Amino acid sequence: MPKPLGKIRPHFTQNEQLLFELSRPGKTGYQLPELDVPDVDAAEALGAGNVREAIEDFPEVSEVEVIRHFTRLSTWNYGIDLGLFPLGSCTMKYNPRINEAVARIAGLAWAHPYQPESLSQGAMEIMAVLEHHLGDIFGMDEVTLQPAAGAHGEYTGIMLVRAYLESQGNPRKKVLCPDSAHGTNPATAMIAGYQVETLKSNGQGMIDPAVLAAAVNEDVAAMMITNPNTVGVFEENIVQIAGILHAKGAQVYMDGANLNALVGVARPGDFGVDVLHSNLHKTFSTPHGGGGPGAGAVGVKSHLAPFLPGPRLKKTDGQWTWNHDLPQSIGRVRAYYGNFGVLVRALAYIMAHGGPGLKTATIDALLNANYIRARLKDYFQIAYDAPSMHECVFEDTKQEKQGARTGDIAKRLIDYGFHPYTVSFPMIVHGAMMIEPTETEPKAELDAFCDAMIAIAKEVEAEPEMVKHAPHLTRTSRVDEVSAARKPVVRWKP
Amino acid sequence: MLEACGLSDLSELYAHLPASALLDRALDIPKGLSEYEITDYFTAQAAKNADGYASFLGAGVYSHYRPVLCDVVVSRGEFLTSYTPYQAEIAQGTLTTIFEFQTMVCQLTGMEVANASMYDGSTAVPEAAMMALRITGRSSFLAAANLHPEYRQVLDTAARNAQLHVESFGYDPKTGRIDLADLEAKLNGGIACVILQSPNFFGVVEDVKAAADLAHKHGALLVMVFSEAVSLGLLEPPRDADIVVGEFQSFAISPSYGGPFAGIIATREKYIRQIPGRLAGETKDADGNRAFCLTLSTREQHIRREKATSNICTNQALIALMATVFMSVYGKQGLRELAQQNLAKAHYLAAGLNTRFNGPFFNEFVVTPKSRTPEEANAALLEKKIIGGLPLGKFFPELKDSLLLCATEMSKRADMDVVKEVLL
Amino acid sequence: MTYPENYRYTKEHEWVSVEGDTGTVGITFHAQSELGDIVYVDLPKVGSVVETGQSFGSVESVKAVSDIYSPVSGEVVEINTLLADGPEKLNEDPHGAAWLVKIKLADPAQVSTLLDAAAYQAYIAG
Repeated sequence: MPKPLGKIRPHFTQNEQLLFELSRPGKTGYQLPELDVPDVDAAEALGAGNVREAIEDFPEVSEVEVIRHFTRLSTWNYGIDLGLFPLGSCTMKYNPRINEAVARIAGLAWAHPYQPESLSQGAMEIMAVLEHHLGDIFGMDEVTLQPAAGAHGEYTGIMLVRAYLESQGNPRKKVLCPDSAHGTNPATAMIAGYQVETLKSNGQGMIDPAVLAAAVNEDVAAMMITNPNTVGVFEENIVQIAGILHAKGAQVYMDGANLNALVGVARPGDFGVDVLHSNLHKTFSTPHGGGGPGAGAVGVKSHLAPFLPGPRLKKTDGQWTWNHDLPQSIGRVRAYYGNFGVLVRALAYIMAHGGPGLKTATIDALLNANYIRARLKDYFQIAYDAPSMHECVFEDTKQEKQGARTGDIAKRLIDYGFHPYTVSFPMIVHGAMMIEPTETEPKAELDAFCDAMIAIAKEVEAEPEMVKHAPHLTRTSRVDEVSAARKPVVRWKP
Repeated sequence: MLEACGLSDLSELYAHLPASALLDRALDIPKGLSEYEITDYFTAQAAKNADGYASFLGAGVYSHYRPVLCDVVVSRGEFLTSYTPYQAEIAQGTLTTIFEFQTMVCQLTGMEVANASMYDGSTAVPEAAMMALRITGRSSFLAAANLHPEYRQVLDTAARNAQLHVESFGYDPKTGRIDLADLEAKLNGGIACVILQSPNFFGVVEDVKAAADLAHKHGALLVMVFSEAVSLGLLEPPRDADIVVGEFQSFAISPSYGGPFAGIIATREKYIRQIPGRLAGETKDADGNRAFCLTLSTREQHIRREKATSNICTNQALIALMATVFMSVYGKQGLRELAQQNLAKAHYLAAGLNTRFNGPFFNEFVVTPKSRTPEEANAALLEKKIIGGLPLGKFFPELKDSLLLCATEMSKRADMDVVKEVLL
Repeated sequence: MTYPENYRYTKEHEWVSVEGDTGTVGITFHAQSELGDIVYVDLPKVGSVVETGQSFGSVESVKAVSDIYSPVSGEVVEINTLLADGPEKLNEDPHGAAWLVKIKLADPAQVSTLLDAAAYQAYIAG
């Protein structure tokens, strides 16, 4: 039995086979009512060649086996409900359960996208109110809720830039990204048909206006900026940067991944941004769910609005309608209207906080990050001296001397009962440790986390080899990602 | 805490921002509400929607019963509030369920590999097209005219931006199936893939093999799309396709006014490195126990940046989990019985109506009412608290006299009898 | 680690060994050690034409991808099929069994412009 560590004590969970291994012929867990119409012969109705044999190896398990299977598996996961989840740039804040409850109200959950508009007024009203609130938070003139995720929002945003520039006579060729940018930014620009040019950040991890000025010319369609940037620092020259781009007719795109630092305090629309996306699953607390679903609302200034994806909401004689008559629109980016269920949750979050509450949440997020920075700065090297916003980024230079890198420290953090911070990103920081606590963490949890980090810093000095082989207390020890990639096995076979 | 940060006032936390960037007023959002008030607000909005109506709408979004276990499982905080499983040691729950999801997608589609899910069926279509482009080195696409029209619009948006060409091929006005002769005439050495849906937008089951043979003859791939996943419980899987994409909304995902849903993409093993999105793979931990992790990540944006297969960052994990629970509950026997019930209900509904096409159909079909326009028929049904079918004129001018009707296991015989009477 | 004297090297960490008009190309021990555990090697098709300094393939570890730049110009006449099922060989024997491609050299004299073993070792020593 391993020794308790900090506030951690191990507990037992049963091992669990895969569904296919649990299956026994003939077992079932479903119920269907008796058919109230005459049955039909499938081979006759569909043609014998179109009817399949039984689905080979598909699960055959009972109801209690299903619930135990997934419940056991769930206990092998870490979630915000279990503790601090300090993944930088991911904004893992508490997910209020009221949001889940309202999204499941039958009249919302069972609304069909093609039901008559006269019988969809509630759903449309919810979307209209959310568009309004987000527009105010962003400082933008119009908002589309159609994109399904952050990356999808980026893609939509860059397509809007292209359509706008085309309408001005020249779509241009290049998109600029700072070297600190998230990988999605260059990937998005490429998919939207642009070449990517990477700009080197200055000594403070910020965009250097002189470097930018030298790079901007009539070929540049836009620059993709994250603000606060990926080192958690507000781009202090943002107004000047936007001016340089606008002077050459280029657009300012903002990746809103870090919007949690700004809500109610500063608005992208006020500091020169033309178009931005916001990950509603970050700032607006809709659950990450192990990787989705999300939603990527996109806000634009009025000059980009005619190009927004359709249909758009429109109020006529007190009734909401979907307007499909949008001659300049880039077209649809997905079927129907967006991840409505996620939008309901985001609106519930905004309503629960209200305007003043949203600003308080932002300030608490800044305070929590700065508190962690203050407590850890003597043990870990802060990446840049510039003031931190909602997250703080350290580098592993002190620990590297003992051979322990950011990835090792992250794995050891698991032993202390915490999810790791963001590892090795942004790439401009040597061995980055990017920590974002969010506003929903109580001081006791922040202190427990800082105590764990400090204990690990000491362990790195005393017994680096132990840290390098962490985690030691998890039911699954370090996972061999190399073998997985060399001989990929991505499905079960008998 | 302020003192620990060396500050004396909260406003100092953002005092370094340029003055012109700071918001000098309060947000135009009313003050915060209690849980009760929020529930009240959304309940009131829901009441303005079609609550309590029977519905015969399908067209890509289907009303199927959602087994109770699905919400029970996805409401577990360990699933609901976890992140993308980068830290495999504390994400084996999510990773194992993704591996099971990928396996079941393969079993259903007859493909060899599948990813951890896509945003939805519509966005999976351009991803499949781009995959075909990478594999074949060709840059034009042929899409069936009876593909879901909104899927087609999404494909057109993506193609326009990438300066790629999409052309339609027609359908047979008698059967509702694709026109193979038109497909053959339009195939040439520049076509990366042929995209068709089965059951198609009209609900008609296509001859996927015949289309695949034609595509392959010209060196093109065959991309098969589905929007009604329940059909896979009964229909022969599209083994002749090269890429299968589709929508899993039917598997316990509420219609939710159009999202969030979960798409799938599956293909042959040899194309595994061209798949976009997340993949979970089997491996071992340091103690030799079976474990799972995300794998082949070098295809993805966070590593390959502008050379990635797609800009997609993640999957629809929680929605895919819902579908995984659904597939486990129904299982081998149940999914077939469910599909069989859908088939029987739709054929009961269609019997005696003026159906537009004579091709085989699963749970949807096109009907042309003899005595009323589609709009008049729907208005008559609404008075009886029934939402009728989708009038097709909006998408297919030649079918402006027709509606697309869908019946599922949740359609009641009494309601169907009313619909039959009105649509005669 | 020894760097064979009869090979020539590039600053992008490829090596080439010439026999007659054929050059065998690989990546250096230093390159594989920087990449870590190699999980996949993407090579060009036999018959494709490559040019000096141009990327003809890539080498992947779990969390990184590196382009391979051709040290010479010519036509690919053979690829090392061993690597498809055993990418780990690139970690084990990068200067020998885990060569990548053989190229029929457009200009064999071009090779002499590359670094020799001593110069390459001095280069990686910084």
